[in-house]
This record gives sequence, C-alpha cells and structure tokens, in this order.
Amino acid sequence: MTTTAAPPQAPASTEPPVHKPSVRKRLVPYWLLLPGILWLLVFFVLPMVYQASTSVQTGSLEEGFQVTWHFGTYWDAFTEYYPQFLRSLLYAGTATVLCLLLGYPLAYLIAFKAGRWRNLLLVLVIAPFFTSFLIRTLAWKTILADGGPVVAVLNNIGFLDVTSWLGMTEGDRVLATPLAVVCGLTYNFLPFMILPLYSSLERIDTRLHEAAGDLYARPATVFRKVTFPLSMPGVVSGTLLTFIPASGDYVNAELLGSTDTRMIGNVIQSQYLRILDYPTAAALSFILMAIVLIMVTIYIRRAGTEDLV
Amino acid sequence: MRNPLTWLRRNLVVIAGLGTLAYMILPNVVVTVFSFNNPTGRFNYAWQEFSLDAWKDPCGVADMCGSLSLSLQIALWSTLVATALGTAIAFALVRYRFRARGAVNSLIFLPMAMPEIVMAASLLALFLNMGIELGFWTILIAHIMFCLSFVVAAVKARVLSMDPRLEEAARDLYAGPVQTFVRVTLPIAAPGIAAGALLSFALSFDDFIITNFNSGNTVTFPMFVWGSAQRGTPVQINVIGTAMFVIAVLVVLAGQMVGNRRKKAQPK
Repeated sequence: MTTTAAPPQAPASTEPPVHKPSVRKRLVPYWLLLPGILWLLVFFVLPMVYQASTSVQTGSLEEGFQVTWHFGTYWDAFTEYYPQFLRSLLYAGTATVLCLLLGYPLAYLIAFKAGRWRNLLLVLVIAPFFTSFLIRTLAWKTILADGGPVVAVLNNIGFLDVTSWLGMTEGDRVLATPLAVVCGLTYNFLPFMILPLYSSLERIDTRLHEAAGDLYARPATVFRKVTFPLSMPGVVSGTLLTFIPASGDYVNAELLGSTDTRMIGNVIQSQYLRILDYPTAAALSFILMAIVLIMVTIYIRRAGTEDLV
Repeated sequence: MRNPLTWLRRNLVVIAGLGTLAYMILPNVVVTVFSFNNPTGRFNYAWQEFSLDAWKDPCGVADMCGSLSLSLQIALWSTLVATALGTAIAFALVRYRFRARGAVNSLIFLPMAMPEIVMAASLLALFLNMGIELGFWTILIAHIMFCLSFVVAAVKARVLSMDPRLEEAARDLYAGPVQTFVRVTLPIAAPGIAAGALLSFALSFDDFIITNFNSGNTVTFPMFVWGSAQRGTPVQINVIGTAMFVIAVLVVLAGQMVGNRRKKAQPK
C-alpha cells in the first residue's frame, strides 16, 4: 500500500499521517502489544514447547517421564491410530462439504433475498452460539432415536438403504453410526460456514448481477461466473473454520457415535485424561496439528486467496 | 404460479435456505419441548408426559446452578481481560507500522487455525510439567488465551474501516490525544469491540474441549452437561438451554435495534 504512486485525483488515503515520531511515540505500539502478546507467548507458544518435549519422553506414570529424544513414539502412535486419523479427516471433510452445500443457500438468501427479515434470520444463525452446544448435540439423540419419526421417514424413502450401502449406517439405525456423527458435526459447525459466506456475499454489488443479466447471462451462469467467484474468500474461510475444528472434535463422536466411529480427538482425549500415556497423547496431537497445517497451507495456495487474515 | 415447476425453480434458493434454517433450529425446538417433559427414567430422550415441574424449580438439581454461575463468572472475566488485551493489539496492528508486525499477525492467527484439542492438550502439558493445580485459574487462563484472537479479529475489522480523518479533525480542533481517543476513536470502534466481547463471552461460556482438559475437578456448565450425558440428564438442563436461547435472541435483537436507531439518527 504505497501512496506515492497514487494519481492526483485519487480519494484521500486511509493511511495514518506520517509524522516524525519521537522515541516515546515509537514505543506506543509495543506497549499496546505487550500484555496480549506476552499472554500468547506464555500460554500458547510455551505450552507447544512443553508438549513437544513431552512427546519425546519415555517412562511411566509411577517412575516419572524423562526426555530421551525417543522419536519412535511418533511412528508407533501413527501406525497404531491411522484409522482414527483417516476417519477424522473423512468425517470432517464430509461435514465441511455438507456445510457448504447447506450453508450457501441460506447465506445467499440472507444476503440477497431476505429484505426486512435479514436481521431476524441473522439472529437465528448466531443465537445457537449462545446456547450450550452440548445440550443441542444431546437433542440429536432424541431426533435420531431408533424408531423415531426422522429415522422412519429416512427408512421409508430409501435413504438409509443408500447410506447403508455407503457404509454410513447399519440396518435401520442412525444413532451410533457414522451418519449420526457427520450429522452432528455438520450441525455444530454450520454457523462457522454461514457467517463468512454471508459477509462475503453481502459485499457483492448487486448491480453486477443486473449487468450480467443485461448481457444475456442466464441466472445459473450469473451465479457460476459472477456470484460464486466473488464469494470465494467466504468459501475459503468458511471451509477452514469448519474443517479445522471438526477434525479435532470428539464431542459428536462420543455423544452420537459408537466405538466404531472414534475420531482422533477421542483417542487424544482418552490418552491424556484416562490412560495417562502423555508421550503418545502429545505425539498424536502434534501429528494432527501437522496434518491440518499442511492441508490448510496447500488449500490456501490452491484457492489463491492469501489475503484472508 | 401457472407452472409449479417454474415456481419451484425460481424459489429454489429460498426453499433450500429455509430448509437449512429448519435443520439449525430443530434441536432448539426439541430442547424446548423436552423442557416440559416428565421422563420416567434417568434419561430425558423420549417423550412421556407434559409437566411444568422443571420450570418451577430450575435449580432443583444438585450442583447444576453452581456450575452455571461458575461458567458465567469465567465467561465474564475472560471477556473482560481478552477484550482489553485484544483491543490494544488490534489498534497496534492497524494504526502503527513497526518491526515484527508480520510475526505478531501470524501469532494472533495461529490459535484460530489450530484444532482446539491441540491447544487444550499442550496447555495441559504445560500445567502438568509446571506442577500447577488445575481448576478455576487454569480454566480462566486458557479461555483468555483462545478468546484473544477472536477479539483482535473483530476489532481489527472495525478499526480498518474507520476514517482516520475524523481523528485528524478532532486534533485540528485542539483535542488532546486522550480526548480524541475517548470522544472520537472509542465510540467509532465500539461496535467492533462489542462484537469481539460478545463473541468471546459466547465462546468462553460454551467451551468444552479446552475446559475438559484443564479443569481438573472443577465443573463448569458444559462439563456438567457432559457428565449428565453419562449419568442421566435432568430435565432442568433443557430449561436452562431454552432460557439461554430466548435470552440470546432477545439480547441480539435488542442490540440490533439500538444499532439501527443509531444509524437512522446519524445524518449521512
């Protein structure tokens, strides 16, 4: 953002005016940053260092753990739990795609068609943030109960035959199957998809739609060539905000799934809090972090929107 | 409406959008309906009969309201601290050019780009290694940590869209730096700060994963609900869930109404 190259009739720059700052003034940003950054360094970066050291320790709970630079834990943890890793990525990926498919029409509706209902719809999207997500996840147990109306309908229209064939359900049950876990994940992370989508759709100038229509583009073409490309920043940040937390979640798999649907989050949780095998738990969570960071980096490169942050 | 198929195609977006909304609201409806249930067993998953018992005595379950007030306290404190620290960072990032600005930006972004469980586990590793007892303080520390980034993001967005000429004008009219900040800068940034605070309150109040790792024996409201999923869910949980939904909708609607009135009062 340089102001020197601006043409003379350009609107006034939004850069702060450049003075020759005194030493005291130059220190202002550092004073502003100090407390918050210190907090993050001590309670975000330092814990990572401690976890890294934990992951290369060996020992037992009784005799204590010592750093022995035993990197084998990583390999052992990965080979033992790669099904859970794969499952997490699969469930989180499916939920992200479903969130995008379900969330886009609603975001579009709120941004372009809601009129005076816009505020109410937005409130209904945000309100779940403020009510306990655990309670709402438990409500899915009632909704998807065996022999309940939802399962009966899904069974009658042959939906469960398809999902059984895909390995997402078993028989005429939904609860305790992968479908229930994916349903819960999709539900829980929908607001994180809808809000970024909405804010990028809302910024689109609707005159572009009219212009496209004047040029004889059909509605589908307008969407494909104008609306969707312009909403890409929202799509990218929405999918990230959905996929990243979903990949580490263990609440949905625990409440709505069974032992066959355990995700990597469930493993890390029980290793840390029940089995108390700290090195394995630490190694697992670093592997998860590495996988997610690599996937996110590749994805952002591919999507070509690096100015998200 | 001569051809139903054309009508359907024309309103496809509206129908699909409302379908999604129904999917999002359905659990809230179930929670509300089942707050009037009188279950026979320990679990409140199947409808038995209508009853107002739970609403008459919402705190009738041992430890539930205690956990609720603990969650409120933690959410209030972490919102207060995270909003103060986060607002300062946001102003530094938008208004000043300094070295390490890129590094600070990535440090702020990282907590949002990481699965929650990774942060939860690493904090536990820190506390275990340092021999710090888990409880109220460790929960509070953790919540402030993860709320901070969200406050910075919310405030940053608002400050970025502010016109610095307004502050220049104030200075031209001989307002001191403090006066400029209090009378001009802060009121304009207020919606962003409020959004950040609201978000961090909601995130803290509802957080489960990080709290699950770092709470020790301390029971926050989400922890209580989690435990009750195994032991048996009292109907009162649904009462609290319903009340929270209603309060949230009212608060957000009221906030928007105030915002709209301000917008109308402001001459363009």
